[in-house]
Amino acid sequence: MLSRTASNLYWLSRYVERAECLARILDATYRLSALPQGYGSETNEWDSAIATAGCVASFKEKYPEANERTVTEYLAFSPDNPSSIRNCIEIARTNARSVRTALTGEMWDAINSAWHELYRYDPKRITREEFTRFLNFVTETSVRFDGTSFRTMLRNDAYWFSRLGFLVERADATARILDVKYHVLLPREAQVGGPLDYFQWASILRSVSARTSYHWVYRDSVKPWLVADLLILNRQMPRSLASCYENINRYLDDLAQFYGRQGQAQRLARATTSKLENGRMEDIFQSGLHEFITQFLSDNNRVGNAIGDQYLI
Amino acid sequence: MSSRTPSFFDEMRAPDGSIRPAYQQLAHWLDNVPKDVLDYRRKEAEFIFRRIGITFAVYGEAASTERLIPFDIIPRILNRGEWQKLSKGLEQRVKALNMYLYDAYNKREILRAGLIPEELIFGNPVFRPEMNGQAVPHNIYVMIAGIDVVRVDPDNFYVLEDNARVPSGVSYMLENREIMLRLFPELFIDHPVAPVENYADDLLATLKSVAPLTSSGEPTVVLMTPGIYNSAYYEHSFLADKLGCELVEGRDMFVKGDMLYMRTTEGPKRVDVIYRRVDDDFIDPLAFRPDSMLGVPGLMSVYQAGNVTLANAVGTGIADDKAVYSYMPDIIKFYLGEEPILKNVETYRCREPGQLKYVLDNIEKLVVKEVHGSGGYGMLIGPAADKKTIENFAAKVKAAPEGFIAQPTLALSTCPTFVEEGIAPRHVDLRPFVLTGRDKTRIVPGGLTRVALSKGSLVVNSSQGGGTKDTWVLDR
Repeated sequence: MLSRTASNLYWLSRYVERAECLARILDATYRLSALPQGYGSETNEWDSAIATAGCVASFKEKYPEANERTVTEYLAFSPDNPSSIRNCIEIARTNARSVRTALTGEMWDAINSAWHELYRYDPKRITREEFTRFLNFVTETSVRFDGTSFRTMLRNDAYWFSRLGFLVERADATARILDVKYHVLLPREAQVGGPLDYFQWASILRSVSARTSYHWVYRDSVKPWLVADLLILNRQMPRSLASCYENINRYLDDLAQFYGRQGQAQRLARATTSKLENGRMEDIFQSGLHEFITQFLSDNNRVGNAIGDQYLI
Repeated sequence: MSSRTPSFFDEMRAPDGSIRPAYQQLAHWLDNVPKDVLDYRRKEAEFIFRRIGITFAVYGEAASTERLIPFDIIPRILNRGEWQKLSKGLEQRVKALNMYLYDAYNKREILRAGLIPEELIFGNPVFRPEMNGQAVPHNIYVMIAGIDVVRVDPDNFYVLEDNARVPSGVSYMLENREIMLRLFPELFIDHPVAPVENYADDLLATLKSVAPLTSSGEPTVVLMTPGIYNSAYYEHSFLADKLGCELVEGRDMFVKGDMLYMRTTEGPKRVDVIYRRVDDDFIDPLAFRPDSMLGVPGLMSVYQAGNVTLANAVGTGIADDKAVYSYMPDIIKFYLGEEPILKNVETYRCREPGQLKYVLDNIEKLVVKEVHGSGGYGMLIGPAADKKTIENFAAKVKAAPEGFIAQPTLALSTCPTFVEEGIAPRHVDLRPFVLTGRDKTRIVPGGLTRVALSKGSLVVNSSQGGGTKDTWVLDR
């Protein structure tokens, strides 16, 4: 297939996934900031949201402070933020138009109708209640797009590139949530279990839609080290780093087999996967959760670049 | 209905009010179908079109605007006899266009015969000296032609315009039929409508038949688009999908050692045939416009080495502008020794002083067109224009008469059309698509019917508010 087509498929999925991650982060932030004083944390949750979205610098250029209005505007609608939800959907549709021939009709329909729907929300006049519907619409769009590709695409290189984009983005998003919130997950002697942090942990789970999953997996109340385990090492959890890499590895292997050769992308992905497969939470805490996550973000980036160099240009 | 000007030929209703044979069942159905059913299905059609994204961009409007071409749900019907005559005429015409192009870029016998003025070839800005003596596979220049025809009475079709460069609109022909089959399945039970869905297969067979003589094995065909901002991008992606070929942009291809390759996830792959939807000017910045970002540097050198086929060939523009048009009857007679089956609209060439005078004296009765214009831009419809517009236009013609031709306003036929006021006659034209391959000429029965939706209007172009209809050729 054309390299450009592969690239468009890869980025199309990345942007759809990115839009969903942003919607979930915004949703979790709203909940946290709506808690009565004393339940929330000392820190400004809106600052965390901007940090998780990875756009602190560009945000600060535009706004003096992070609050509900400015963060919502910047992350959801701003044309100046290249990764605002609106821009993600715009870019996704542009990509989809360029690769219409590689998409199934159902996938195109999912992304095209979302694009039409997008313009029914007026950022200037949006109420809280509408905004909640907007966030729902974004997650539903992503679920629909993902579902249509799973159900309708041929299992060939087009599908694998689309999966890879989705997984690399997802691993990045999970890691960035952990990166911003790692301090509340550290096992600390005194404050552990304090009500303050409890809502932070719950919020982390919510931002990766894992509140229910957590209880099914651990059958325990929310404990920070278990939250970290769920998001990093637990392969049952589809947003965990381990699960993302298990699948990234698999699809890269499919590609290598299909094309009859492998390269840097496969090698890097395998190294990252084995780190996660062999990792233990105790060791990770021991050598530093923050360092581990920082290292993962950079590894994930390198895998993404290697996929680009090997196939997409 | 009685207020209609009797001089227009109505394709459904004869002047005495009776229904012509091809329309018998449809007229009966229209009389009985409740208006809200039509209304509902029209909305449904629009909804489907928007969902599948059959949109086009209008140049000059904001980049984000994507518009739908209005679709009229009442089909336009031709019977088998009418179609057979028309299709013979189309085949003849395109054959002559190809012979003319071959001659114009090789021996130029037509000039020696004194049939057309030299400047028609050499003075034409789209004449490509690069094509002089250049061999093209099987001497076919125009593989895909769109010939615009109009009907004025029961027996006569006139050719309004030949499109021998990158004619568009075929996706509408195909999608309109799909929509009709979906919305009005009951109509297809009563009407033996000849199918059009084989168009893509015909096109692919045509393209493969003109593969370079140097390519071995199954030729790789691609469709080349200027990209998603082109007004016909939807059609490009639609056709690539139906053809099962890659939809490439210039940046996806590169030249190496006299061969053309595309960049794929498995490395470079040779390209044999390009169905290009990019104008000559933009296909190769080294040969034509150096500022073009849409082309492939060096493509022309591969083409000249005979290692890639471009469909249509480079330089076909000299066969389809409005100045050459006026010579088409002579061109057909010269190359084929036959009388033209399809008529030409009487055309005054402003380049000739006598005719220029006639045009300026009678401008309010005429349609004046730019020789190189298209899409309904840059033309004057005398009877519909106000005095000021006419004066301005006349001044433009006087300043550069060789750039204009003029024609009498044609009495375009009308078809029943579902508009605000109900079902009313509206003027239509027809663009059938003619495919010329090494083995044979293929024309799917039908084409794109364009309809002028406002009352009395004769301008059917989509950029000027025209709509489309499904075109039925009855197999009886």
